[in-house]
Amino acid sequence: MLAKRIIPCLDVDNGRVVKGINFVNIKDAGNPVELAKFYNSEGADELVLLDITASFENRSIMLDIVHEVAKQIFIPFTVGGGIKSINDIKNILLAGADKVSINTQAVNNPKLITEAAKTFGSQCIVLAIDAKKIDNSWEVFVNGGRTSTNLDALDWAEKAAKAGAGEILLTSMDRDGTQNGYDNELVEKISSVVNIPVIASGGAGTMKDFLEVFTEGKADAALAASLFHSRKLEIRNLKKYLRSKKIAIRN
Amino acid sequence: MIVIIDYGLGNLASITNALNKLGIKSRISDSPDMIKKAKALILPGVGAAGEGMRNLKKKGLDKIILREIKEEKPLLGICLGMQLLFEKSEEGEVDCLGIFKGMVRKFKKERKIPQIGWNNVMLTDKQKLFQGVPNTTFFYFVNSYYCQPSDKSIVVGVTEYGERFASVIRKGNIVGMQFHPEKSGDLGLQLLKNFNEAIC
Repeated sequence: MLAKRIIPCLDVDNGRVVKGINFVNIKDAGNPVELAKFYNSEGADELVLLDITASFENRSIMLDIVHEVAKQIFIPFTVGGGIKSINDIKNILLAGADKVSINTQAVNNPKLITEAAKTFGSQCIVLAIDAKKIDNSWEVFVNGGRTSTNLDALDWAEKAAKAGAGEILLTSMDRDGTQNGYDNELVEKISSVVNIPVIASGGAGTMKDFLEVFTEGKADAALAASLFHSRKLEIRNLKKYLRSKKIAIRN
Repeated sequence: MIVIIDYGLGNLASITNALNKLGIKSRISDSPDMIKKAKALILPGVGAAGEGMRNLKKKGLDKIILREIKEEKPLLGICLGMQLLFEKSEEGEVDCLGIFKGMVRKFKKERKIPQIGWNNVMLTDKQKLFQGVPNTTFFYFVNSYYCQPSDKSIVVGVTEYGERFASVIRKGNIVGMQFHPEKSGDLGLQLLKNFNEAIC
């Protein structure tokens, strides 16, 4: 049976992991390579690394980090942030990533998804959607949540899946950073309109939140950042809990 | 030295990284000489069967692989690399290497295709290849198609995704894994180690 995935996310700014890091047993907690190794050994099912500022001048630092992380982890590895072209994707994959996550540029130029899927295969193209609830629907935002697009999140997810995206990384902007639980309603709606896996993100605060996003939200995977970095929740314990609730989880 | 056959598909670096971690010497190459000198071959691959076969043929690697296999050189096919060992793939109705009799078919019963994620492998045969690997271990899969060998005796691991399929095959020195051992954590690495120790 296909297991639900637990995915820690490293938000990297200028070569350092940011967002509530509180590790005691790691010498350099801001070092993405050290953290990646730690999560690999903790039983994470996958790792996502996002270049949150995605500044051009630091692109080479980013590729170095991708290369170093890839050497140390033996689980799937997704990299995103500021990807604009087929060439950007190629460089990230060559540096050792298994998948890339595309957000803003996919909205600006949906053909990028199709072209990327044709060139590298859908399995390595993850479409990231940042969605915010407005009245009774969800709108897509880009540029790190700063710019509205007037796109409906459900329509966009459906369109992107048809265009060739292999997975959707869905972040609820309303829940992100609140630790009040995932937006299960949003996740369930997106999951039911696409035939590709949906990774839920934004709002995880307790073990129960993960359980609910899998059962109510129908998510295929759940992502969290500071919750894991702060050690408020440990992946091993979380997985034990989910197994006890009869969720299919890799041991 | 193990040669990871380079035919322009897949994340070859991740296999190299895994073998490096295990201290197993390897090289990525498409050179007939290197392939001949290698103690074993890995046929990797992510992507479409048609493009895979086209690339192999363009470089003349299809014939070289068949020749090396005749001389009993160990071969590990991973993901698409396993599927290409069979006669024909439904993915574009492509003729493959035909080392094993059987077809490569598309998943039909599950809604979400490709299968992306960790799934169990039920070990149907006890052998050194599986040393230290518990039954029903999770491995990382990314596939829309699966192998259906005519000779069931080569199936040593099965997995369920809507339908039951052969996730590990072995005949003599030839092994196929539908999942990615190089991306399947410690037990994936263990399988690569076992391939190196028990078969190479």
